[in-house]
Amino acid sequence: MPETTTARETILGRIRATNNTVNTTTRAADYQAIERAYQQSASMARAAILKTFVERLHEYDAHVFETNADEVAATIAEVLRSRNQKSTIVAESFPQEFLPAGFSWRHESSTTTEELNTIEGAISECEVAIAHTGTIVLKGARKLTLLPDRYLCVVYERQVVETVPEGMAALQKYAAEPLTFISGPSATADIEMTRIRGVHGPRFLDVVLVRN
Amino acid sequence: MRISLFITCYNDTLFPETGKSVVQLLERLGHQVEFPFEQTCCGQMHYNTGYQIEAQPLLGRFVEIFKDAEVVCIPSSSCVAMIRDHYPKMAEASGDTELIRAVEDLLPRVYELAELLVKKLGVEDVGAYYPRRVTYHASCHSLRSLHLNDLPLRLLRNVRGIDLVELQNIDQCCGFGGTFAVKNGDVSAAMLTDKLRCVENTRAEVCTAVDNSCLMHIFGGLHRQRTGIKTVHLAQILASTEDEAHR
Amino acid sequence: MTIRVGEAAEAPSFQKAAFVLLDDTQLRKNVRHATDVITNKRAIVVGEQHDWQQLRSAASAIKEHTLQHLDHYLLQFEAACIAAGGHVHWAADADEANRIIVDLVKQHGGKEVIKVKTMTSDEIGLNKAFEANGVHPHETDLADMIIQLGHDKPSHIVVPALHKNRQQVREIFMQAMGLAELGDKPEDLTNAARHYLREKFLKIKIGVSGANYLLADTGGVCVVESEGNGRMCLTLPDVLITVAGIEKVIPSFRDLEVFLQLLPRSATGERMNPYNSLWTGVHKNDGPQHFHVVLLDNGRTRILADPESRQTLHCIRCGACLNTCPVYRQTGGHAYGSIYAGPIGAILTPQLFDMQHSQSLPYASSLCGACYEVCPVKINIPEVLIHLRGRVVREQQTGATLEAIGMKAMAGIFLSSRRFEAAQRLGQIGQWPFVSQGWVKHLPGMLGNWTAVRDLRPLPKQSFRNWWREREKSSAKKESVHA
Repeated sequence: MPETTTARETILGRIRATNNTVNTTTRAADYQAIERAYQQSASMARAAILKTFVERLHEYDAHVFETNADEVAATIAEVLRSRNQKSTIVAESFPQEFLPAGFSWRHESSTTTEELNTIEGAISECEVAIAHTGTIVLKGARKLTLLPDRYLCVVYERQVVETVPEGMAALQKYAAEPLTFISGPSATADIEMTRIRGVHGPRFLDVVLVRN
Repeated sequence: MRISLFITCYNDTLFPETGKSVVQLLERLGHQVEFPFEQTCCGQMHYNTGYQIEAQPLLGRFVEIFKDAEVVCIPSSSCVAMIRDHYPKMAEASGDTELIRAVEDLLPRVYELAELLVKKLGVEDVGAYYPRRVTYHASCHSLRSLHLNDLPLRLLRNVRGIDLVELQNIDQCCGFGGTFAVKNGDVSAAMLTDKLRCVENTRAEVCTAVDNSCLMHIFGGLHRQRTGIKTVHLAQILASTEDEAHR
Repeated sequence: MTIRVGEAAEAPSFQKAAFVLLDDTQLRKNVRHATDVITNKRAIVVGEQHDWQQLRSAASAIKEHTLQHLDHYLLQFEAACIAAGGHVHWAADADEANRIIVDLVKQHGGKEVIKVKTMTSDEIGLNKAFEANGVHPHETDLADMIIQLGHDKPSHIVVPALHKNRQQVREIFMQAMGLAELGDKPEDLTNAARHYLREKFLKIKIGVSGANYLLADTGGVCVVESEGNGRMCLTLPDVLITVAGIEKVIPSFRDLEVFLQLLPRSATGERMNPYNSLWTGVHKNDGPQHFHVVLLDNGRTRILADPESRQTLHCIRCGACLNTCPVYRQTGGHAYGSIYAGPIGAILTPQLFDMQHSQSLPYASSLCGACYEVCPVKINIPEVLIHLRGRVVREQQTGATLEAIGMKAMAGIFLSSRRFEAAQRLGQIGQWPFVSQGWVKHLPGMLGNWTAVRDLRPLPKQSFRNWWREREKSSAKKESVHA
């Protein structure tokens, strides 16, 4: 579109008139030279990292269930039963062996958005979890973990890192994928600064933490 | 030590008592005080209000007058902040290499009073006596430009007879802000009210600070409201002894 | 080309607006409460972050580096976004941005859009442009919804409706949502919002958002939010239009490790906000299949050209400066007349206009420096305020105002100690008409603003230098007596 081409050239022209032209080498070198003296690797022992992760989740009112790999299905079953959850949708990539018997599962690929809106809860894995901030990071599965009122995430201990920089490093290979960082249920403090949970996203967050 | 006094334009005119106290204090501590008569103003009011062109020559005057000083003492943290934060930039902007060098050379010798006492002269107990209930307000420049931190409080704690009480919201701006006090008089008054509330809650007789600019504003309100509370510059408290009738 | 910053060009001066707002009892109570709560929360989470200062330094350096190579990073972003299936548009000013966005909506046959919070859209006046073209925009951020449904204006960057209490929100919701009954507990109000908006999220096919960060290396976009409405608007519609100022670009995905630590702590006093969404172009079978980014200038390149104040463009819209500002605390955001209020608003708003409007804003500060202390990207706001005051004086003052005459006269006086002493004498003599019972009760003109609320002692009879002179004389006399 001719108009926006003009705007593009105008804007770039103004920027270039201000900044000295530098060749690529200088810019890349300048970028590398930026001082990053903030913490970029773990400072705590594994046990402390996991403990912090669980604490943070509790602070966000998430429920945490620690279990072994061979008991994941049983744990999920218990959670669903205790909630009396009648419908559950599962992410495409979720391991079949972790789905307990005796439940009916909806699947991402065969569910429309309107149907998704009527389902009570969702289950998925995550890519990485950050202990310091109590964050779980999902790749894809965006609608699934948004519309139902409950969300259960299976996190493996080995996926838990201490710091945000470590988390970003672990996500680098998925940098161009749809990523969602979740730190607790949705919240707002827009009415008299009272923090209220669950405006639009799931109001209930369960985390099944699988020990190595 | 030979200490050159930059009294500041407003202290000279409105708060000569502060200047007298500085002289008496420094002489009591065994130092020689000089007062170059050529001095007028550091240029802060003009610079901060947008009249930077008019402030520029005042930089040159200051540097010329004090270039041979062993040490310069200034009983006003906002003026020291002006000199420290802005003179180097102003000199750069002038392109005058002599001036740039002169500023660089002089700045390390310029001190606010509390800084001078504690950091340069190494003294925290100046032998003062001031039997009053006193609260200390931390002026913005002393905190955020000069990073005086608790130097003034350390000096005050060593004053005999003093009843020092902590001021709530000590680091909240009093609302003076130079020409802000008249250009935005309503908001300045609202900010003053908050500061006065904190001062009155301490039940102090005296509110002190290292800047008479803040104190003039705070006292203006304290007196208008007939609180009976006074303001006194730190220098006057430190100069006070059992012999002197400073109280 | 017309720069627009909401309705700031028509707003009354800060002084005029503040005078009225200082009488708004509820506003003042709410602003105090909100700013106290957030500053306390912020202090805790910042205090526990041992490398806070290092993060600030890195963020400031990344922003400055980006600005120095802004053309490169914008082009890199454009190429990567297009390669991932997105479209990139450039808008030199507000009108152009509105035209592009409205045209896109019409191309897709939309009569309604759902919007995620974006101050950039307020800046350009997008909602007005939509309405004028038969498109109804639905704000989905709770506070923006309260503002929109209540026909009001935002008063804070992060908590725009902080000037409202729950009873007012209840009334607004009942009316706008057609509810016969509604409790006034915050939970009741958010539940009402949840139901009201769920239907819209599922039905409306075009979403409009802003961007917290544009990632140059991947062509990705990052949106930071709390409520989940962002995720709804970014995932459910068929078409997504993102409008972002050109200063939102950062070099790489990795750089988020710095900003995602600084922003939530500064904005809401949390270690991390509930949801961050990152997407790149179009994802097959996932989310909007049509994605457009509108890159907005609207005065930013002119700010970039001013070496003294281009640090203004570091801003990541955290609102920490507002929360800590002792001036904002008294008046709230409406006094600034701009979508960008508080300390950052005082420097950003007039600069977008190249100082043609909002000239009172750089003076809406006592220069206390609290904002600079909390700014996560180290914008030296007091320094910029002083620089902009200089621009106002040099560029805008037509004719000689009383202030300019007075300031120039005083400057002349300060150039000579002889003149200074003469002025002191003049003051000592000339003050008497204003002195009554030993106090100055009233001063003329603007100086009257002082005596309106403060008493003033008259000039002492003897200046310091005259005391010194006499002391020298008498000690010289003593010496000559002893000699």
